[in-house]
Amino acid sequence: MLAKRIIPCLDVKDGRTVKGVNFVDLRDAGDPVELAWQYSRQGADELVFLDITATHERRKTTAELVKAVARQLNIPFTIGGGINELADADVLLHAGADKISINSAAVRNPALINQLADAFGIQFVVVAVDTRHVDGKNFVHLNGGRLKTDIETEDWIKEAEDRGAGEILLTSMDHDGTKNGFDCVFLKKINDNLSIPLIASGGAGSKQHFVDVFQQSNVDAALAASVFHYGEILIPDLKDELRRHGIEVR
Amino acid sequence: MRNTWSCPVQKAFYDTKMIGIINYGAGNIFSLTAALNRLNIPYGMVNKVDELAGYDRIIIPGVGHAGAAMRKLAASGLAASIGQLTKPVLGICVGMQLLTAYSEEGDSPLLDIISLNTLHFDKRIAEKVPHMGWNKVFHENGCPIFDNIKKDAYFYFVHSYFIEYNATFTAASAQYGLKFSAAIQDRNFYGVQFHPEKSGEAGEQLLLNFSNLY
Repeated sequence: MLAKRIIPCLDVKDGRTVKGVNFVDLRDAGDPVELAWQYSRQGADELVFLDITATHERRKTTAELVKAVARQLNIPFTIGGGINELADADVLLHAGADKISINSAAVRNPALINQLADAFGIQFVVVAVDTRHVDGKNFVHLNGGRLKTDIETEDWIKEAEDRGAGEILLTSMDHDGTKNGFDCVFLKKINDNLSIPLIASGGAGSKQHFVDVFQQSNVDAALAASVFHYGEILIPDLKDELRRHGIEVR
Repeated sequence: MRNTWSCPVQKAFYDTKMIGIINYGAGNIFSLTAALNRLNIPYGMVNKVDELAGYDRIIIPGVGHAGAAMRKLAASGLAASIGQLTKPVLGICVGMQLLTAYSEEGDSPLLDIISLNTLHFDKRIAEKVPHMGWNKVFHENGCPIFDNIKKDAYFYFVHSYFIEYNATFTAASAQYGLKFSAAIQDRNFYGVQFHPEKSGEAGEQLLLNFSNLY
């Protein structure tokens, strides 16, 4: 049986982690490499780095980050942010990234998914989707959830899968930051119709929320940021809790 | 006065077990070389046939499409020589699949060093494809690359094609809708379907074991 994955997400800007981090004895809480290494020691199954660097030097700084992480880390990681064309992804592949995640760029240019899958294999391509409920329906949102599109989330995820996404990272913007739990109902609906892995994101506030999302929606992985960064949930404790509920974890 | 051949530098050179990585352009090898660096395992790149002799063990990496990887390996001129090797050879992921006779991926004949087939998960299992994530690996025949590794250790997999289970050649099995070969061995040829360079401490132990074979 495949183990359910626990994935901490780190926001990075100009090579430094953005949000405060408040756990264990880090020499430098802003160093993404040291933080990544600590997470892998705690038993994280995978990491996601979201690079929000906005300068025109970004391709170079992101590649340097990826190289530094790949040198140290013995678990897989995904890098997202600012990947708009094949050349961006090629640089990151050769810097040692296991996967890249694309979000707005894929919505604006869906053929990018096909191009990436053809060039690097579907296992390399994570399509990240930000979704929000509007009038009883679910719509894809861009720019960190601020810009609504007319594309229904279920349709977009199906299209992304057909075009060659290897995995979907679905963030429920209505739940993100609330710490009230994942959107298990919608995640289940998506997961039941998906034949590639689904990562749940948005709403994690307690260990029970992770139990709920795996039991109720059967997603393959769950991602969170602040509950891990601030030490509110320690990964070894979370995994013990999941095991107690009969959920297979590494 | 000491003879020059006994100076420490030369001794270190002769004692060092050096891994040659087949460099045929099939996917990124940064993660593999990073893992070897962390473990202080020396390595170099094998680009053409006469460079094979410079190493006492060989790794065949590989990501992506098995048929395309086989074409690149053939173009490098290395394909015919690999089967003749008597030193330890380790194929990783698609590099492992290349050791088998045939892959359904691209309907491709492969190196045929170990007479097994590489098959597609699709339509054979109900589970999601690719098989992506951490799964338990059960080693079976005392295969030395699993020394000091738990009988049911987790390793990291990413693949859509698998090598069929075989009582003779399967060195470790895993379960994903069906039982398949997580590792194979025949004589000096070893293959692992998972990525040891991404599989935490168990993966690092496996790479160390391979570097210490014989």
